[in-house]
Amino acid sequence: MQLDNLYQEVILDHYKHPQNKKLSPVFDAQVHHVNPSCGDEIDLNLTINDGVISNISWDGVGCSISQASVSILTELLIGKKIADAYSILDQFVALMQSKGAVPGDEYVLEDAIALAGVSKYPARIKCALLGWMAFKDASVQAQAKSKLD
Amino acid sequence: MTFDPLVIRKDFPIFDRKIRDGKRLVYLDSGATSQKPSVVIDAESNFYRNHNAAAHRGAHQLAEEATEALESARSVVADFLGGATDEIVFTKHSTEALNLLAYSIGDSPAGNVFHLKAGDEVVVSEMEHHANLIPWQQLAKRTGAVLKWFEVTPDGRLDLSDIESVITSRTKIVALTHQSNVLGTINPLAELVKRTHDVGAIFILDACQSVPHMPVSVAALDIDFLVFSGHKSVGPTGVGVLWGRASLLAELPPFLFGGSMIENVTMLDATWAPAPRKFEPGVPNMAQIVGLGVALNYLTKIGMQEIHNHENTITKYAISKLREIEKLKIIGPTDMKLRGGAVSFTLGEIHPHDLGQFLDNSGIAVRTGHHCAWPLTRKMGVAATTRASFYLYNTLEDIDDLADGVRDAQKYFA
Ligand SMILES: Cc1ncc(COP(=O)(O)O)c(C=O)c1O
Repeated sequence: MQLDNLYQEVILDHYKHPQNKKLSPVFDAQVHHVNPSCGDEIDLNLTINDGVISNISWDGVGCSISQASVSILTELLIGKKIADAYSILDQFVALMQSKGAVPGDEYVLEDAIALAGVSKYPARIKCALLGWMAFKDASVQAQAKSKLD
Repeated sequence: MTFDPLVIRKDFPIFDRKIRDGKRLVYLDSGATSQKPSVVIDAESNFYRNHNAAAHRGAHQLAEEATEALESARSVVADFLGGATDEIVFTKHSTEALNLLAYSIGDSPAGNVFHLKAGDEVVVSEMEHHANLIPWQQLAKRTGAVLKWFEVTPDGRLDLSDIESVITSRTKIVALTHQSNVLGTINPLAELVKRTHDVGAIFILDACQSVPHMPVSVAALDIDFLVFSGHKSVGPTGVGVLWGRASLLAELPPFLFGGSMIENVTMLDATWAPAPRKFEPGVPNMAQIVGLGVALNYLTKIGMQEIHNHENTITKYAISKLREIEKLKIIGPTDMKLRGGAVSFTLGEIHPHDLGQFLDNSGIAVRTGHHCAWPLTRKMGVAATTRASFYLYNTLEDIDDLADGVRDAQKYFA
């Protein structure tokens, strides 16, 4: 079925068993993002130590694509240097906006490559990006804070 | 002529196309926008092909024809609503019509019947579409007026138990929807309009979800203003209607200023043409207005009561079919009393966006989300719903396909 390109096993797995979906009480930055077109919401807490992402935790309500995407994001980015995380983020956003024209680099994106099918469904790109945009926002805030400290 | 949706479908060319690799189109999203019959599509292009010129603005035959086409559409709309021709103002859509009212009211000087001062009250309800909430909410902020609202009961009806404390002697405006675009609830207007007039306030009806679906007479309802959108009434996009009582339109200040809405202009001042012209600056969406006239004639020929009866049949069937599905919860009234053809529901843990995507894969078009009524979905305790909405071209087979699709989705996401 055509739909299986969108709802890959990996996505449904993350949806049913979301990773790091419990807000950690300690964090450097906490953000709340909503998708105003569908009402999906996410809270995301981020901790950065010496330029390395030491923790990302989250909670939220949303469709399988948005929930799986943020779950995958946490597994992918925890432990990465912030600069590397940004490079992954850029590649992921490019993949989402590709309308299915590029396959994406599985070596870099790992499980997130399973979301490639989303790029053919324009209405769902925002779902897949919700957690990533929250992460980006949180990382900017966390870094601004660490400069002040 | 007996009502037959299969015959009606032939008037709508979109039903000839296939969806998602060869599937039949099951269009259950008329609450968002309706499909268009060929007569409407042809009327628009015929206007451009044969009569195009700036209406009310030319000394030539084409301008005369364009004016005639525009003005006869106006009288079609007036007849459709049971109002007078000069009481029909064309806007872009009902959103613009409601903003027109809110801005014009906000601009009314002291002494004008519409003048709002701090402490005056404006009444809406929790079930309003954002288009009939935000303009009033923001008007209240600009003027210091107080926004009040009717709450919604758990079964999706307006809570009218304390109508007298919601609509009071301080109330100036009551703006309510006729039918909820999310719940399908039809509001009992008689009591509300009477209370509004008893306290000397003005009643504004958002008829977006009623005028396309049932007979509506502004005279019988005794309301003061009404808005609806052409595109939800088998008409074109880009045209909405504001109807207002002649005496009130005469007193209401204009909202948009510019060409063709004036009586006289000097460098320092201007006076206004009589309504409806004072509310219609700029070259109007002529082809769309002409298309709307044809659309309403098309609906009239089929019969608004027949359309309403058909939608009742479909809705009743849909509610009974959907209620058989485990974990499916209808958000809104499940009895047919004062209920129209929009059915919202949740499906256990399955997110509406995923359900909508799954149904789309089978050619079934529904809407998912908060349906531009976010305070309402919050009040009903859900993040989002899936909505199926019906119109004259829907069939019982469409409902069977929906119910089957929902069951298949349950298996898929299990
Ligand atoms: C009840 C109601 N009011 C207002 C609107 C706004 O209509 P439009 O977008 O055509 O201005 C809608 C459309 O969804 C509606 O359902």
